[in-house]
Amino acid sequence: MEITKKPKIKDIPYDEFNDNDSLQKIVRELHEGGSNVAIGVLDDIINWGRGYSLWPLSFATSCCGIEFMALAAARYDMARFGFEVARSSPRQADVILVNGTITNKMAPVLKRLYDEMADPKYVIAIGGCAIAGGPFVKSYHVVKGVDKILPVDVYVPGCPPRPEAFFYGLMQLQRKVKVEKFFGGVNKKEKKEKSEE
Amino acid sequence: MEDIKYIEPASLRDEMLHLRNEKKMDFLRSLIGMDWGVPTEGDAPDSTRGLGVVYFLESTETHERTTVKTSTLDREHPELPTVSDIWKTAKLNEREVFDFFGIVFVGNDDMRRIFLRNDWVGYPMRKDDEPEKENPLRMDNEETVDETTEVELNPDGTIKDKENLVFKDEEYVINIGPQHPSTHGVLRLRVSIEGETIKKIDPVLGYIHRGIEKMNESMTYPQTLSLTDRLDYFAGMQSRHALCMCIEKAMGLEVSDRIQYIRTIMDELQRISSHFVFYACLAMDIGATTPWFFGFRDREKIMDIFEETCGGRLMTHYNVIGGVQYDIHPNFVKRVKEFIPYMRGIIHEYHDLFTDNIIAQNRMKGVGYLSKEDVIAFGATGGTGRGSGWHCDVRKRIPYALYDKVNFKEITYNEGDSFARYMVRMDEIMESLKIIEQLIDNIPEGDFRVKTKPIIKVPEGSYYQAVEASRGEFGVFLESHGDKYPYRLHYRSTGLPLVDILDTACRGLKIADLMTIGGSFDYVIPDIDR
Repeated sequence: MEITKKPKIKDIPYDEFNDNDSLQKIVRELHEGGSNVAIGVLDDIINWGRGYSLWPLSFATSCCGIEFMALAAARYDMARFGFEVARSSPRQADVILVNGTITNKMAPVLKRLYDEMADPKYVIAIGGCAIAGGPFVKSYHVVKGVDKILPVDVYVPGCPPRPEAFFYGLMQLQRKVKVEKFFGGVNKKEKKEKSEE
Repeated sequence: MEDIKYIEPASLRDEMLHLRNEKKMDFLRSLIGMDWGVPTEGDAPDSTRGLGVVYFLESTETHERTTVKTSTLDREHPELPTVSDIWKTAKLNEREVFDFFGIVFVGNDDMRRIFLRNDWVGYPMRKDDEPEKENPLRMDNEETVDETTEVELNPDGTIKDKENLVFKDEEYVINIGPQHPSTHGVLRLRVSIEGETIKKIDPVLGYIHRGIEKMNESMTYPQTLSLTDRLDYFAGMQSRHALCMCIEKAMGLEVSDRIQYIRTIMDELQRISSHFVFYACLAMDIGATTPWFFGFRDREKIMDIFEETCGGRLMTHYNVIGGVQYDIHPNFVKRVKEFIPYMRGIIHEYHDLFTDNIIAQNRMKGVGYLSKEDVIAFGATGGTGRGSGWHCDVRKRIPYALYDKVNFKEITYNEGDSFARYMVRMDEIMESLKIIEQLIDNIPEGDFRVKTKPIIKVPEGSYYQAVEASRGEFGVFLESHGDKYPYRLHYRSTGLPLVDILDTACRGLKIADLMTIGGSFDYVIPDIDR
């Protein structure tokens, strides 16, 4: 029997989200070997809690960071969805929003920040620059897409994206968190680097 | 077109000292590296070739301005005399020229790279350099270098290398940034401390160096416009205004009164929105959260006005060569006229909450003192300069658009501390409202855009245009060789002098004051790194 999961986001019906196919693909892959009844229910409860308390790292390199600040401010108020606790330390953060251009000099720093975060951790690429280099794609000092150095979970296009687009991206991440297996199975398998001797 | 006088490198220092001491040229507005290529047979006799530097100078007393340039033909080991002992701001600017063009300045005691990694190969702004070929993405952590080689000139004309140390071995150096919530982006500071007292600050830049100036050289003029919005994203309107004016001046294009009115109003709205963010972030740096919400709440009102007319919130892309992209929205005048009394009625909340707060006052009053001589020597314009009593507002010094027709006061304070810098910005919000009020009812009818040719070519020559951006003088230097691409397009960063002067302002103070002082300078990092 195939396990189906339709994560619920308040006030937005499931079918109104784009790219439900990718989400279902993740569900199928995670539950290929079936799921334990008791642990499966426990998974749902924990993921419900995790989904609404994603703490972002307050990381911003350029323009998109200002829209991220607007997101936290009075009008857009991301606290409504559980993202309000922006952390300054990567060790306390669950999700890193890559706001803005990543340059060659910044790339090792970003990788280090990501490595310092505790599992389970997520990456959202915000804006054209983080996705593919954006308007600076021809520059000699810009990384053409942050997915070259980090595994990206959600892409939010725009230059910069509107605050509404930020929310949409963050909700897509919530949906992704809600279908994951917290117990049994691994959340995110990292390839072990072969130690060079 | 700028009239630039050529000076041989050998006589450069004498000439510069003469300009500084006799002509009282105490403000080095810009120091721009250039690559004029190698000499060819078809050259005109007076044309300049080689690697060189252009200096823009101004006297703060007489407001006399002059521009000089120098160059060397040696491409292997280009060396030019330094002016960093004449103008303090030259030190960091010369490091930038070294980083991009490889010109070594004889006598400058700090010749490290400033924006690029220490292991970067080549000098990207040279016309014959291919930066991407030899510089793949390096994912190893960059090592911090403390040694720097100074080239010294002996009295007998020979040159000697001297090793300098930025920080000595026994110094206790802590690292702040590039990921730090109160450095306003990816600024990295290395601070030497004794106990809690700051002894020296060494800024490490380049974490958001996007190579805009090099990209401009392969873009057509309308294409170059889009990148100005992304330099200082709180001064997008003004930066773009400067570039448009520079190109229009070069082409001899006159814009209608309607365009001037719209551009002036938009510039002032942008300034208000930038000062809101300044207020919000400064309060946040000190640890007050509520003012942050106030600033962003009212900024949204300006974002709404922008969005209606320009279609974008942050990246407005509004000014174009010969006018503006779209005509103003039918609601524009109404919205702006609603905003002015709203803002005047609510500004007391800002002052009640933060300005009159005893903690804020204690944290800012008498902290981070800068004298007028300091700010002029470092070229720190904008609110920082005016907080130390320097009348540096470009809108008054070199009026452009409609600023000579409207009535407004240039806000200056003489205290020179963080509180003075803060008050300059708060008072400027009210002055900007006054400017908008004088213009908003009288926007004349007419075209919002002058028709230009589909391919824009700029006549040969060098052009400079400055505007008063949200945080100081923003300048555009354009050198054209008559093509549809600029030969060199340089932006005078408003933030670079502010990072430079941080060391002077913070020495001897406590480490906790560093954040307050940095907040009161209001720098934006992508504008510094370009």
